Amino acid sequence: MTGHPTRAAEFIALPQRAAWHDQSLWFVRAKRDKAAKAIPEWESLRDAAAAIKAHTVANLADYLEEFERNAKKLGAVVHWARDAAEHNAIVLKILSDHNVKRVVKSKSMLTEECHLNPHLEAAGIEVVDTDLGERIVQLANERPSHIVLPCIHKKKEEIGELFHEHLGTDAGASDPQYLTEAARGHLRDRFLKAGAGLTGVNFAIAETGGFVVCTNEGNADLGVSLPPIHIACMGIEKLIPKAAELGVFLRLLARSATGQAITTYSSHFHGPRAGCELHIVLVDNGRSTVLGQDDFRRSLNCIRCGACMNTCPVYRRSGGHSYNATVPGPIGSILEPARDPAKHASLPHACSLCGSCSDVCPVKINIHEQLLIWRRELVKKGLLPLTKRWAMSIGSAVLQRPWLYQMVGGMGRMALKLLPRFLVYSRLNPWGKQRELPTPPKQSFRDQFKARHGK
Amino acid sequence: MSNMVGDFGTTGNVSRLSLLATFSIATGNAPPLTRARDLPGFGGSTSFVHRSTSPIPSSGRPSIVPRVGLFIPCYIDQMYPDVGFATVEVLERLGVTVEFPEAQTCCGQPMANTGCTEAAAPLARRFVEIFEPYDAVVCPSGSCVAMVRAHYHEYFHHDPRYDALRPKVFELCEYLVDVLKVDKLPVRFPHKVGLHQSCHGLRELRLGSSSETIVAPFNKAKQLLELIDGLELVDPARPDECCGFGGTFAVSEEAVSCLMGHDRIADHLQAGAEVMTATDMSCLMHLDGLIRRDKQPLRCMHIAELLAGRPV
Repeated sequence: MTGHPTRAAEFIALPQRAAWHDQSLWFVRAKRDKAAKAIPEWESLRDAAAAIKAHTVANLADYLEEFERNAKKLGAVVHWARDAAEHNAIVLKILSDHNVKRVVKSKSMLTEECHLNPHLEAAGIEVVDTDLGERIVQLANERPSHIVLPCIHKKKEEIGELFHEHLGTDAGASDPQYLTEAARGHLRDRFLKAGAGLTGVNFAIAETGGFVVCTNEGNADLGVSLPPIHIACMGIEKLIPKAAELGVFLRLLARSATGQAITTYSSHFHGPRAGCELHIVLVDNGRSTVLGQDDFRRSLNCIRCGACMNTCPVYRRSGGHSYNATVPGPIGSILEPARDPAKHASLPHACSLCGSCSDVCPVKINIHEQLLIWRRELVKKGLLPLTKRWAMSIGSAVLQRPWLYQMVGGMGRMALKLLPRFLVYSRLNPWGKQRELPTPPKQSFRDQFKARHGK
Repeated sequence: MSNMVGDFGTTGNVSRLSLLATFSIATGNAPPLTRARDLPGFGGSTSFVHRSTSPIPSSGRPSIVPRVGLFIPCYIDQMYPDVGFATVEVLERLGVTVEFPEAQTCCGQPMANTGCTEAAAPLARRFVEIFEPYDAVVCPSGSCVAMVRAHYHEYFHHDPRYDALRPKVFELCEYLVDVLKVDKLPVRFPHKVGLHQSCHGLRELRLGSSSETIVAPFNKAKQLLELIDGLELVDPARPDECCGFGGTFAVSEEAVSCLMGHDRIADHLQAGAEVMTATDMSCLMHLDGLIRRDKQPLRCMHIAELLAGRPV
């Protein structure tokens, strides 16, 4: 299969990088474990979060309208976007109407999903990502490789080179504090010149019409406090019914994401600042389709903490870019095929079905089970390679006939014993590239059992 | 997924009685039939009495005992027969007679995990037909048992035959711990052992608490290994990371699979393990393949082999 396996093998071809990537993310997972263990009621929190999300999603239309009413009362302008194109058009129109040429943006996976930046840039608008990691991948002309740690695939030396090229830092400098200060100076200038600030939304609250943005760098706050226009873009699943429920999610989010008790900033927005405008863009882009699917509905619980990526043994060793997707890793391997199954057909198979993602997920999405269901969907859509389908059909036909199974098993063991090594370990045998095959016994269990027990 | 072990409450009266009978055999109490007769409401059910002579009984024990069917995964049958015999020996020493229904082949997991449910469905139906006469089904593989218990629903939408069988299918360690309540094992294994936590047993059957969940720690495999005289358990730095086998994943994602395996091996070696054990031979087949290719000083043995007292 091409796709993920090929790109993963390329990542692993530099074994030191793969090991370093694995260890960096395992370190984050270990921090998460420590933070979660400090909360005795952790599992109850997960249950509560999953129940709140299930309830919200089951009544989503009502809560969305309630949110719209209350947000309007607070003075916000609410927009509805059916898909990415409508979302991008709405944002562009707001900016054009106000003749905005420079935009600062804090991290928003939704705008990544909608490919907003190229859309605005094509219209002559400068978009600057202000989250440090996002800015780094933007300068490198890459996409984030992780939804919380966008440039986790880059070493500080590479970032030093990038900053030397784009920000004029000293050649060969890779001291993180020096580089961060350089980025800070560079971004401060962009904040001051921006005509509008764009943010994502972590949680929107139906009963108040307010919303919360969680960052560690304070870039969202600066980005919406200086320019006169704030545009907040959110997927329709970001809603929760009541402000009282926010605590459940804030306690889970940062602990799951990075092992922090809480993000440095959890900023609450209730309507525009005096004399300014607040626009909220509610985006569907396929979410209501997922809402209608029993098997995948729970994927709408996702709060984008990235814990499934940090824990995934495949993600850690293959890098986020191997998924070739806006959201990589386990949850991305569910969300992305929902948008384009043919393009992302290898992702549900980029998984050993270990189940660690489902156990780590703070909102209890049955991720590995949904990946398994996706494999079934791919077969239905004719997207599993024919060779695999035939192999499975033939395997099944053999296994339905014990005599044939015994015969094939016996022949296989015999062949393993008699065939010369170069044939068994040919290029056609991916198992044998780095692994020995088991040593075949003379007789199967059933043959010996029969002999021993006299039947 | 999380409540499978506690599913006894949903089993029929008969199987609960037979489990009780199994228990009393194992603990060496009064003969099971006497005990069963003592129970109020125990009528004329003969379901845990040997009724059929077609499967092969493993020993010539008296005829009135619970019927325990041995489910030997296809690749263990073909490639690792001794794991099957170790399982039989462990059970027989505890007074459990097992039958091996010869019609069994495979639970259908390779097909199901590839998404080929149409190819898996007839194998699932065969499995239920073959094993439904038994009071308990025991298998030395967490993964194959997880396939039956956690993933067969798709093929048997509320079919009472499957619903009746499902809670009676056990992975070996959970049968020993939960049903037979084993608290001593007269075997010796004077070696440093690393327990690889096979994922499906751990996270689908809950043979132990996973490192992600914040619950009181427990581990059925470890509990049994600790009963073995001389055995010293070592602690790898990552307690339950996947080995990278993953069925067809081992081949389709060869590079990631082998790197995952190499990392597990390195972790167990640095912890001082001489022997790596697991509840699933499939993980060990993959790990052993890497170990032998790289000539690492580590042996792989299925947990049934350790419980049966096999030497290194």
